[in-house]
Amino acid sequence: MNLQIIQILLVIFIIFAIAKVALRYKDKIISLQEFLLWTVFWFMVGFVVLLPETTSLVANLVGVGRGVDLVIYISVLILFYLAFRILVRLDKIEKDITKIVRNVALDKDKNKK
Amino acid sequence: MLNEKVWIVIPAYNEQENIFGVIKSLQEMTENIVVINDASKDRTKEIVKSLGVFYIEHMINRGQGAALQTGTDFALSQGAEIIVHFDADGQMLAKDIYRIIAPIINNEAEIVFGSRFLDKKSQIPWTKKYLILKPAILFNWLFTGIKLSDAHNGFRALSQKAAKDMRILQDGMAHATEILDQVRANDLNYCEIPVEIIYQQYGQRFSSGFKIIRDLILAKIIRK
Repeated sequence: MNLQIIQILLVIFIIFAIAKVALRYKDKIISLQEFLLWTVFWFMVGFVVLLPETTSLVANLVGVGRGVDLVIYISVLILFYLAFRILVRLDKIEKDITKIVRNVALDKDKNKK
Repeated sequence: MLNEKVWIVIPAYNEQENIFGVIKSLQEMTENIVVINDASKDRTKEIVKSLGVFYIEHMINRGQGAALQTGTDFALSQGAEIIVHFDADGQMLAKDIYRIIAPIINNEAEIVFGSRFLDKKSQIPWTKKYLILKPAILFNWLFTGIKLSDAHNGFRALSQKAAKDMRILQDGMAHATEILDQVRANDLNYCEIPVEIIYQQYGQRFSSGFKIIRDLILAKIIRK
């Protein structure tokens, strides 16, 4: 198998990413479930990087010309979804901060004249 | 003098230039004045504290909408039956409060909005009138289904029922449109009365209009 430079770089990045995930799990920052999810995800990415032709098979199956295109379409969708999730989360955090600030403000006895 | 069940709620953020005069003019009418200092960085706190009005402080800046809700909560906790939202920047006239609460006293409305456009007293710069206010009025109408003659004018009076029914969730400037939305959702009776606005500075910039629209659309998408 002849590896391109981009493949080598990506594989190094993936190994780095999995190591990070493993460390997070070891330090109990993420749960076992999250650990498995991310590990499987990065392994799949590694699979696609090393055997890019396989994506073409799936792409043809769903009616997209090239495998790379399919990967990009899916990536964009996932990124949009994640951005939305973060937005929702942020909105909730903002509301919670306001609630806390308000409760502290109204709690203080200093509100007297 | 105003009835003791009437409360004036004043959100303030960096208002050291004007707040002294604003509070002084209100103190001739009532003692029920609460200022919400939204983490001002200037001398607003010392000035307000020296005047002997009720003082509430947000420890970090949360925006005018958030400050109004905090002040409204406080006024309700003090047994307020009518709550007036008043700006700290000296653009509104204290004497207009008598007129803005009249429809609530007469049971004609649950919420009353002040309007610059119902008479000719306010000298509105034409750029502000046609580039900001008119589009904002149209936007509010399309967005909330409520057609008023003015937009984002912070002068309003709420009955106790209206204040309890509504909850301002828009911490920033989008609260003015949100309030209209809640008026419709809660089926509150509303009306407008003419008020005079004195222009000292430009107030809302054009860019903040975009921020308001963004906040409102985001809220529609995100919240149930």
